[in-house]
Amino acid sequence: MTSRRREGVAGETLRFRYDGRDYEGLRGDTLAAALLANGVRAVVRSGGLGRPRGIYASWTEEPNALVQIEEPFPEPMLQATTVELYDGLVATGLGGRGRLADRPDPARYDAVHAHCDVLVVGAGPAGLAAATAAAASGARVILADDRPAAGGCLPDTGETVDGVSGTTWAAGMLAELAGRPEARVLPRTTVFGYYDDNYLVAVERREEGAASRERIWRIRARRVVLATGAHERPIAFAGNDRPGVMLAGAARAYANRYGVLAGRRAVVFTTGDGAYDAARDLAAAGVEIAAVADVRRDAHALDEALAVAGPLAGTEVLTGHVVTGVGSAPDGSVASVTVSGPSGEREIEADLLLVSGGWNPVVHLFSQSGGALRFDEELHAFVPGEAAQAVEVAGAARGVYTLAGCLEDGVATGTRAAEAAGFRVPPHPVPAAERVTALPSGRLWLVPADDYETHFVDLQREVTVADVMRATGAGLRSVEHVKRYTTAGTAHDQGKLFGVLTSAVVAHATGVEIGDLGTTTFRAPYAPVSFAALAGRDRGMLHDPVRVTSLHGWHAAHGALFENVGQWKRPWYYPRPGEDMETAVLRECRAVREGAGAMDASTLGKIDVQGPDAAEFLDRLYTNMMSTLKVGAIRYGVMCRADGMVFDDGTVMRLAEDRFLATTTTGNAAAVLDWMEEWLQTEWPSLRVYCTSVTEHWATVALAGPRSREVLAGLAPGLAVDAASFPFMTWRDAEVAGIPARVCRISFSGELAYEINVNAWDGLALWEAVVGTGVVTPYGTETMHVLRAEKGYPIIGQDTDGTVTPADLGMDWVVSKKKADFVGKRSHARADTSRPDRKHLVGLLPEDPGLLLPEGAHLVATSRLPEPPVRALGHVTSSYRSAALGRTFALALVSGGRERIGERLYVPLGGDPVPVTVTHHVLYDPEGARRDG
Amino acid sequence: MAERLSPLAGFEPVSAESLRIEEIPFLTQLDVRVDPKSRAAAEIGLALGVPLPTEPGTYASGDCDVLWTGPDEWLVLAPPGAEGLEGRLREACAGAHVGITDVSAQRTAVLVDGPRSRDLLAHGCALDLHPRVFGPGRCAQTVLARAQVVLAAREGDAFMILVRSSFAGYLGAWLLDAAAEHLLD
Repeated sequence: MTSRRREGVAGETLRFRYDGRDYEGLRGDTLAAALLANGVRAVVRSGGLGRPRGIYASWTEEPNALVQIEEPFPEPMLQATTVELYDGLVATGLGGRGRLADRPDPARYDAVHAHCDVLVVGAGPAGLAAATAAAASGARVILADDRPAAGGCLPDTGETVDGVSGTTWAAGMLAELAGRPEARVLPRTTVFGYYDDNYLVAVERREEGAASRERIWRIRARRVVLATGAHERPIAFAGNDRPGVMLAGAARAYANRYGVLAGRRAVVFTTGDGAYDAARDLAAAGVEIAAVADVRRDAHALDEALAVAGPLAGTEVLTGHVVTGVGSAPDGSVASVTVSGPSGEREIEADLLLVSGGWNPVVHLFSQSGGALRFDEELHAFVPGEAAQAVEVAGAARGVYTLAGCLEDGVATGTRAAEAAGFRVPPHPVPAAERVTALPSGRLWLVPADDYETHFVDLQREVTVADVMRATGAGLRSVEHVKRYTTAGTAHDQGKLFGVLTSAVVAHATGVEIGDLGTTTFRAPYAPVSFAALAGRDRGMLHDPVRVTSLHGWHAAHGALFENVGQWKRPWYYPRPGEDMETAVLRECRAVREGAGAMDASTLGKIDVQGPDAAEFLDRLYTNMMSTLKVGAIRYGVMCRADGMVFDDGTVMRLAEDRFLATTTTGNAAAVLDWMEEWLQTEWPSLRVYCTSVTEHWATVALAGPRSREVLAGLAPGLAVDAASFPFMTWRDAEVAGIPARVCRISFSGELAYEINVNAWDGLALWEAVVGTGVVTPYGTETMHVLRAEKGYPIIGQDTDGTVTPADLGMDWVVSKKKADFVGKRSHARADTSRPDRKHLVGLLPEDPGLLLPEGAHLVATSRLPEPPVRALGHVTSSYRSAALGRTFALALVSGGRERIGERLYVPLGGDPVPVTVTHHVLYDPEGARRDG
Repeated sequence: MAERLSPLAGFEPVSAESLRIEEIPFLTQLDVRVDPKSRAAAEIGLALGVPLPTEPGTYASGDCDVLWTGPDEWLVLAPPGAEGLEGRLREACAGAHVGITDVSAQRTAVLVDGPRSRDLLAHGCALDLHPRVFGPGRCAQTVLARAQVVLAAREGDAFMILVRSSFAGYLGAWLLDAAAEHLLD
């Protein structure tokens, strides 16, 4: 294999494999540098046209060289120009599309929040100068840079600062920052998003051995300095996508930073002076410069400029010339370059074509921040205009292209930023650099031709000038429309290099000024970010909090299976060995109906409502009357939204004249507290009421079944438990199993039942005492659901859906006729809420007593489905097997349901609709004989 | 009677030079609601031995800590076993419109201390915890990872995290997972 490494360049050798072939590179190489060093020119084939493509740039602006990393872990769509080479790297070139890994990523990704007074983005000359100046004030400074090493373009250009090499100077600046306790340097960190309130997000690709592979930084900065540099601009000409066509600055970077020669014999195509610096360095490194095609016509001025350029002495400079064609070798790469100009047309043998169309300041983050861009006629580029946030731009990112200018600008900007953040910056020297004077640049976007089919304006999306002209020919005038019509600028690189060129072509084609036309919107992310990094540690068990009660450990140790209720884990049922769900639930149901069962009810929401107006407040929120409740008593209540639809239900206990405890459904605990606060704070601020959540202060054990009184009596010898002393819907404070407890006589199963509340720290002790009596069967939420459904008790959110009134549930009795008002009352007087065909909650008995209807199944009137549209009369909301009924049953919302009791309806389940009988929704113990035991 | 069980009873404390994490279980905690300009507020302050702080996001310390959690809301943290405190406060302002609620088991406390404590919290807390900004005496209701917490800065590098009991297991696991890279002896 041909080595294109400069003589004398040495380092640790790394082995890697690319497209199935083995190569060697040096530590510090990017994959792109290592491929060029091995003479690999056509690194990928384009996705659509299958054209060979080479490395075009030297960093994150690369449009062509996308690779898939295969080992150690598959990663798609990385740029060969940013992948740091490591030993054992295996990669393949990608034509536009990558492959996701087929196995979980073993690497760790994480995130950090950071705050600073001054965030400097970019550690080039301007950024380093800004950061050191700002940090000298004692301000908290973060300097983030996307390269592995600081210095920006200095290692590419080889320029000196303060009399030492740029790299040495940059290292000195980093050492200075390291000595500042409030300064932080983040290398390999791409700031990719700039959001409101100076909130910026970055991704750090961390060194091997770090605690995480990539880290997301969420940075909130008082002031931001953007020193993001500039990208060299390509030119649209025929064959500008051939391998071997490369930005002049990129070739210079490969030569100076990596010691790699991108070719042997080069033609330079330029609009300005910058390419001469590149050509000079390449010539010094051993590349033969065959000719320079300079679009500018002032040959005399150019000769003057070149006279000082030693290595280029004698190089043919073709003023007023452009490249009109590229001849290719068998592998598709550059073999010759055709130039045209005043001297006529010539074909020059070359394997490298260096392009320099000027510079585009990297304004992406500035634009994302909401700042306006303006077109600077002198620079012939879009530059930052008015800022919308506390941000300033320094150096090449605002069109200052000389090193001395960048250093000066950096110090000034860093000083201003720190002082704006309230710090005093001591006098700070401006690092010294050679001052150079540049000639005015020429202006050329597009080399005119008859045929624009290979004048590319997006190498990755394979969009040509011809495509853009088809778009403008179709009448499109906006660059945003042209972008969407052609897909130019939509690839991984988001048009970093070619976007402005596309605008220029649209401007040319539509006869407007590019400054008036503008660019497409710059959006985050500036560079591709992996989903793994964004997900960070929010994976697996840490993805979403699991909420557990104080009894959870017991449930888990005793084989409970759990049901997710929001973030809560609730015991679903407790299968014994050999039991399936159906058997276990039937057993648990029988235990409660025939003996005693216990359930963890700790997740129910609990709100302490205190104050002289607490009773009035609850009267206004619940549909029924709460103010008449006696201290020591409990009442079931329903809340409606203003639309009259049921919002939540629960019990209210009166603890004192001015104090109540309201319970809510598990899922609505936070919503009900918010609802209460909303009314108190916005509508009824005159009510003297305080609401406090105590949901998790209490552990609640529901004890239910005919034997529950006997169990409670045994555990609470000091409590009079007979029905007269402790009647239904009252509460008592007592010691239960030696623990201070509040015992409520309420029932959600229709059986004699209690809910025992203790401080959550004592929850496990209480539970163990209850279960330890030996007569109490633990039961889960499934059994609870069956038992309540047998009694026709609705579950808000399962049997209701926000369109159901208390009357629809057959609960007229819970709606006060006496109260002057309550939330929802007015809506209950609407004609719509008393329509006879409203959906009512009813019971259903399938005629086949073994058939379990699926929840959500629809109900129709006829045994055969008519032609669509079929009128559905309602749907099944709950469906279970009942041990007590010895059959299956269901609850359903059915149009005019109460008037249909006794009717036969049908449920289409795929085959013939199955018949069911409509019943009252209370199917078990309708007289309520069992609640007193 | 079986022993009391704190929400992080199974949590193995972290004790490295660089970072310490441990639960402080069974604190007495009271939620106090009162108009700060009222006489009752002053009386509660006297009974606590600590005036109710009125500067948002701060807490005051004496025999107990009193955390400002809203314009008319405070969280009182007292040592374990201060059962009589609720009654004393009620007595102090008898007849006035106040809300005093025992919320001792509603949240548990986690102490994070050591030179890496801010680095640890920065993984999941969006607040600026720099001593210049969030020094001793400051507190906030915020989000740590995906759990709501009350966060209070103690002296030096110490922070007290109050987390809902049901979220404590999640937050404990999250803290341990985040701590891995900060354990330096």
